[in-house]
Amino acid sequence: MESVFDIIGPIMIGPSSSHTAGALKLASMARSILGETPNKVVTRLYGSFAKTYKGHGSDRAIAAGFLGFNTEDERIPNAIDIAAEMGVKIEFIPLNIPVDHPNTLEFEMIGKSGLKIVVQGISVGGGNIIVKKIDNYEVNLTGNYETLITCHKDHPGIIAKITQIISSKNINIAYMYVSRLEKGKDAMMTIETDDYITSDIYSTLLSSPDLNFVKVIHKT
Amino acid sequence: MASFSTISELVSMAEENRSSISEIVLSCEVQKMQKSRQEIIEVMNQRLIVMKKSIEKGKKNYNYSVSKMVGMNSAKFDSFMRRNSILGKIVEKAICYALSVSEVNACMGLVVACPTAGSCGILPGAVLSVSEEMNVPDEKVVLSLFTAAGIGMVIGKNATLSGAVGGCQAECGSASAMAAAAVLELMEASPKQIGHAVALALKNYLGLVCDPVAGLVEVPCVKRNAFAAVHALVAAELALAGIESVIPPDEVILASYEIGRLMPKSLKETSEAGLAKTPTGKEIEAKMNNW
Repeated sequence: MESVFDIIGPIMIGPSSSHTAGALKLASMARSILGETPNKVVTRLYGSFAKTYKGHGSDRAIAAGFLGFNTEDERIPNAIDIAAEMGVKIEFIPLNIPVDHPNTLEFEMIGKSGLKIVVQGISVGGGNIIVKKIDNYEVNLTGNYETLITCHKDHPGIIAKITQIISSKNINIAYMYVSRLEKGKDAMMTIETDDYITSDIYSTLLSSPDLNFVKVIHKT
Repeated sequence: MASFSTISELVSMAEENRSSISEIVLSCEVQKMQKSRQEIIEVMNQRLIVMKKSIEKGKKNYNYSVSKMVGMNSAKFDSFMRRNSILGKIVEKAICYALSVSEVNACMGLVVACPTAGSCGILPGAVLSVSEEMNVPDEKVVLSLFTAAGIGMVIGKNATLSGAVGGCQAECGSASAMAAAAVLELMEASPKQIGHAVALALKNYLGLVCDPVAGLVEVPCVKRNAFAAVHALVAAELALAGIESVIPPDEVILASYEIGRLMPKSLKETSEAGLAKTPTGKEIEAKMNNW
């Protein structure tokens, strides 16, 4: 426990920190990874989410997360209707399939630009979350830090190149995670930093021919 | 940097500095967060304001939950206690306020998790009933929430605050211990008395299982919040009378963790046994699944 406000707090719309606030945060992280408000989302609910999502308002919280609401927003109970009005289609599919963590959600998103991304994550209690998968890459993101996500060709020197760009701006890396599907093909790297990731870092990385995906998620 | 990881450290730091537990917790937070004392108190004050708002909201025939299992009881209790009752004013208010906050939570209203959403009625119920009836100014009430937070931090560090890990003793038990400590801070009890109140409150909830009907934070959670708020007042009053816990608070906390680990998974928020699997519990669950 880092702060007194982890104990007396968060201020949140009920009823469950893991199933309401946590679900909202996962959806909101997924939206940030997509980088835009989605046109369509297929939500797969596993474990206890599959059984209790209606009673916990997880569906409304998820819709709220995709609309960019925070966990204190009193519009959360009406978020499904608001999403529909705004043309955001969200489908909910409860699945009775065994999963590693009892509170798992998966979002298959299509953005207004046509971009498709699948994000999977878990709600670990007290409103805290971990994003475990982006498309088929394993990741480990909490959303508690400034976050940089890149996709690069798996060959020597790329990781050093990226971290060099970050360190040249005096930004400290807190956590780093690299995964790939196959040797020599694409790889994904996630970096969580202590300091604000400035827009010049983003544009430098974006113009690099080695990278085919760059996303910065600022800490909220 | 000053820090604490046990109740006995908290108590002795307060004794050595001749200050209250809330002051110790507050100054540790000031150091950790590198913010001013006033800024941190203001953040806590915002939480107090939300607590009060959820009490007011719940009392006014607020609503039913999505499942319709809970709702409207705080309003019912509020009008009942105006007419006749067998308990004193403070206890009645504690019941009413804890029900209110907990119902607002179940009905997707705004609350402060303390330490969790499922146990969010206990601390406001116990603290605000006492502060109102004893005319304690808000500045002191805000400080008492730091005492509650300090106790919660220690329990979270040495045991758990999650029902899925330790059963309901981890949520309502911890909330009740936190509330007892905060109430004693309002009553200007000694740090040592606060330690005993924590031990007494937690001890009496050891082994409490988490077996919610249909997996929702409703039955037995909402009414249990009312019981646990009163339970906190009992622990506070015992300690105030100078009654001590034979087992010290830190040992009770470790015992609660051990008991939580030994508790079967079916009774830790999975709704696979207990109340959730009674004939009525199963009937409600089936209805929810077929929506």
